[in-house]
Amino acid sequence: MQSEIAVEMKGITKRFPGIVANDDIHLQVRKGEIHALLGENGAGKTTLMNILFGLYQPDEGDILIHGQNVKITDPKKAIELGIGMIHQHFMLVEPYTVLQNIILGAEPRRGIMIDYKKALARVEELSAKYGLQVDPHRTIREISVGMQQRVEILKTLYRGADILIFDEPTAVLTPQEIQELMAIMRRLTEEGKTIILITHKLKEIMAIGDRVTIIRRGKVVDSLPVRGTTAEELAAKMVGRQVSFVIEKKEAQPGETILEIDDLTAYDDRGCPALKGLSLEVRRGEILGIAGVEGNGQRELIEVLTGLRKATSGEIRLRGRPIQNGSPREIAESKVGYIPEDRQKRGLVLDFCVGENLVLKNYYASPFCKRGLLQYDRIFGHAAGLIGEYDIRTPDEKTAARALSGGNQQKVIVAREVACDPDLLIATQPTRGLDVGAIEFIHRKLIEQRDSGKAVLLYSLELDEIMNLSDRIAVMYEGRIVGILDPRKTNEQEIGLLMSGGHAGEREVRA
Amino acid sequence: MAVLQVTSDLIQTTIVFATALVFAMLGGLISERSGVVNIALEGMMMAGAFTAAIVTYFLETNAGLGGSAPWIGFLCAIVAGAIFALPHAVASVTFRADQVVSGVALNLLAAGATIYLCKILLDGAAQTPTLKHVFSKWAVPGLSDIPYLGPALFVAYPTSYIAFLLVAVIAFVLYKTPAGLRLRSVGEHPKAADSVAINVYRVRYAAVMISGALAAMGGATIALTTTSNFSHNTISGQGFIALAALIFGKWRPVAGMFAALFFGIASALKSVFQVYGITNYIPVDFIYMFPYILTVLVLAGFVGRAVAPGAVGKPYQKGER
Amino acid sequence: MTDFVRRLFRESTLVPVVSVLIGLVLGAVIMLAGSYNPFLAYGALFSRAFGDMYNFGETIRQITPYIFTGLSVAFAFRAGLFNIGAEGQFIMGAVAAASVGVLLELPWYLHVPLALVASALAGGLWGSIVGYLKAVRGVHEVITTIMLNWIALHVANYIVRSALLEKGMARSKYIHESAWLSSSNLSGLFDHARIHYGILIALALSVLFYFLLWKTRQGFELRSVGFNPDASEYAGINVKSTFVKAMFISGLFAGVGGACEVMGVFHYQTINAAFPGYGLMGIAVALIGRNTAVGVVLGAVLIGVLTYGASGMKFGAGVPEELIHVVIALVIFFVAASGIVELLIRRFRKKNRTVH
Repeated sequence: MQSEIAVEMKGITKRFPGIVANDDIHLQVRKGEIHALLGENGAGKTTLMNILFGLYQPDEGDILIHGQNVKITDPKKAIELGIGMIHQHFMLVEPYTVLQNIILGAEPRRGIMIDYKKALARVEELSAKYGLQVDPHRTIREISVGMQQRVEILKTLYRGADILIFDEPTAVLTPQEIQELMAIMRRLTEEGKTIILITHKLKEIMAIGDRVTIIRRGKVVDSLPVRGTTAEELAAKMVGRQVSFVIEKKEAQPGETILEIDDLTAYDDRGCPALKGLSLEVRRGEILGIAGVEGNGQRELIEVLTGLRKATSGEIRLRGRPIQNGSPREIAESKVGYIPEDRQKRGLVLDFCVGENLVLKNYYASPFCKRGLLQYDRIFGHAAGLIGEYDIRTPDEKTAARALSGGNQQKVIVAREVACDPDLLIATQPTRGLDVGAIEFIHRKLIEQRDSGKAVLLYSLELDEIMNLSDRIAVMYEGRIVGILDPRKTNEQEIGLLMSGGHAGEREVRA
Repeated sequence: MAVLQVTSDLIQTTIVFATALVFAMLGGLISERSGVVNIALEGMMMAGAFTAAIVTYFLETNAGLGGSAPWIGFLCAIVAGAIFALPHAVASVTFRADQVVSGVALNLLAAGATIYLCKILLDGAAQTPTLKHVFSKWAVPGLSDIPYLGPALFVAYPTSYIAFLLVAVIAFVLYKTPAGLRLRSVGEHPKAADSVAINVYRVRYAAVMISGALAAMGGATIALTTTSNFSHNTISGQGFIALAALIFGKWRPVAGMFAALFFGIASALKSVFQVYGITNYIPVDFIYMFPYILTVLVLAGFVGRAVAPGAVGKPYQKGER
Repeated sequence: MTDFVRRLFRESTLVPVVSVLIGLVLGAVIMLAGSYNPFLAYGALFSRAFGDMYNFGETIRQITPYIFTGLSVAFAFRAGLFNIGAEGQFIMGAVAAASVGVLLELPWYLHVPLALVASALAGGLWGSIVGYLKAVRGVHEVITTIMLNWIALHVANYIVRSALLEKGMARSKYIHESAWLSSSNLSGLFDHARIHYGILIALALSVLFYFLLWKTRQGFELRSVGFNPDASEYAGINVKSTFVKAMFISGLFAGVGGACEVMGVFHYQTINAAFPGYGLMGIAVALIGRNTAVGVVLGAVLIGVLTYGASGMKFGAGVPEELIHVVIALVIFFVAASGIVELLIRRFRKKNRTVH
């Protein structure tokens, strides 16, 4: 393998109001290697790659592609230089077909019409060459997440990219799909492509990376070959201190069953069946983790449990009493707490102040509301207490929630839900987008709840989080629970198999 | 036979009224497919009607141009519509304003500015005099001789033929050409379009200005075929009915055309009722109300949650995460 | 700088003020282009509005309905709804009050409140149709409100024509004096201008506006829905019924406004060929006033002064009245495209800072 430098970024600095996202960053990527960019959420790695792809302009510094100094003014220029980006949140037009998405903006023509035949031929050629199997005529809505990602990759290859930037590619994949992706990446480098992998997942870097550059708070901490290091060493460099991977927790003392779900069915937004007879039990004093590929009914399950969606049949009993199809308020009053997946959409009214957000679930009851009039002195007093207890970083309780950082916003939500003393706490993706400190805080709180005899239902796409926190793991596939595992006795492979519809104990068959 | 005659009249009148709606509906379609809400179709129609009327008037009185005056007026209206739409593009695309409010402002602006200019240019008159040279209907040779059906469908103003031709053209461009693919992608998922180096801003500017031109054609049609002048109530809500037709047709050109025809029937009935003296039986107010009630009923009953282009109404900011 | 002064210069307060200035300046430019004298014109405008007691009284009269429709639009905005239908709700309120005023004969302490209640209900119900359609059928309120405006216009005309008509005239009979909101005492103070007690009702409603939105539980829910319907749903708020309630109250404000015009100014209801335009101006008022009670009142004052003074522009400088509509449209436009104004403010501030 030649050690020609494909990409060199020298002295890149990028400032945003109030923060230096990239501070004098030096990066060297060799041709044909898989170079990982490791850093926490908010460390600056995505900003750096957005600069490389022309979405941002650096305030200072130079970029050299294959030795040539270039100014990448916009994605068009980046694409011309052979740089392609596979985004974390796919940039695909849902109603369009795979083929249309791949050729968008670079359509082959016959006269003034689009030449779909030519496009198809080219796509099939690329698909075969790099082992990227896709269905050209299906729409994006219809295909799996794994295939959607392959479409993103084909988009870049169709435009002749030989430097591919992958932004957190494994966030939404099953363990099997992750293996497939790694095989694809190896194949790409064998054909001479260069890959930059943005990630915070150490396991994947260790598995597939050639070299890794660690970024912390906008600065490069180190750059070294993967072979000579360990995950612990990388984690320490990423965070700046020793990080323990295993969460300290006592043995679980599960008590009586508090939530029983019996044969639940429900439809999704498009009218297709999402839950197809799901049954589950959660006990006091345990954390039940739900593992599954996104789109197998988890969201609908949570929405039914919290009263945001109607179930078509089946029963949900909380402490023995049926609560299915109750309104969100009835369910909340039955002592169910919920930490939503999208904190800005479901969890907070960003334009309300912190105090108002902290009483969002019980503003209508005494002491916060008397005879239809809100008692703001009680509301703010209550808020001040919670701000202290949870160490929420905010100028005061009257500041708009919008002004808080992601971690502090999440703290507001957790504080509010826990303060309502729920018997069942449902946490969905509770640590998404947070830095390590906030993640540790949330994990500790969840374990605290479990230790004080509450039930916790945890849904997360981070398999590590599920495995570390849960006392039992329920795997969801196609709207049903297909297996309940003990995290101490199972492994990622087995969970991954169940997540993709295989059966525990079966030998895995490659697609 | 009387029934056939009335039906034939009705169809012909429907096509006359629907033509302006078709133009404006197409205008709204292009804009909204690119992601920009266009409430200002009404104002753009006014701008077009006014320009067409004023230009035609001045050409026929001062320049002595006869039959070609309305055509030049029509062309000027197209340009006026595109220019009038420019502020909406600037506000909505570059400054990410609330697109509905910007549209409302433009409607008010059009209402005020057209009468103001009228008064200035016509010595204080609040409307143009009746134009002597307007469009007259063309008969398609041969086809127009078919009994009842002929006059109904094949004798129409040139603007009607243009309008229905445009439906086909726009449908073709939208679904078969790269320009159409890109336009629709900008309206569905502007970030995706941006990531393949499509200039979202430029596409939206172009779309909004084209929509102004199209809506203005609709207004010009009314001035040059139906009313033969311009006054403050030349348009009277047709821009909004066109918007309803757009929604009813689910943002597709051919379906929108049928929707426009449907609403055209309502206006046609109004005129037919008056001709045939039905005002003796139904209070005139109800006849006036009919198109608007129909619009509400249609939207409430048959459309409900129509699926708009994915990103319509949301301002786009490059580099926003 | 004191906190008050600092708040005054916050961008959110400055934007409407600067937008108004830009609108007036552009209006002047347009006048120059038409060879009119802008100074003469604006001078005539202001002297018409404030020149003497009569005109001052008439200006207050002009301002009154704008407060009502401004509150109406602002209230709906707070719930995330765009109420372009204040015009129709105003008309329905007016015709309801006219009906009560013409058809019933009661002592004034019953007649006036009854007429006002009828107008509030009429406007509120007319508005709630929009809210209902949005909540249940998902129809966007922009089109339904505009259609309902037209329908209201014709329904009102029909009611006047069939039940209230003064023979041979294009209006209803006079409402009984017991339903009047004007008095010769009040008018006498202003040289017989048509000022009426509606202004007091308007100011009272603006206090109600503030109280409802910021002190009550309903107001909390309404603002929550306006900011974030998804989180509100989770918080247990019934978003759909909030839409209906918001549109009802919004329509109520406009309806009472219509009643005051009938009961205070004209004492009859005309058969309208076109929209009087109060609703549209209400949008301008709400935008300029940033949807707050105080802002709406101030905005109404501004729009009232401009629209009443516009006829002075015509007589004093020959400028057609419609120019004021152009100016107001420009103001709305710049408030909407506040980005433009914010940019200018920021540039202006930066220049000042670097100088020092």
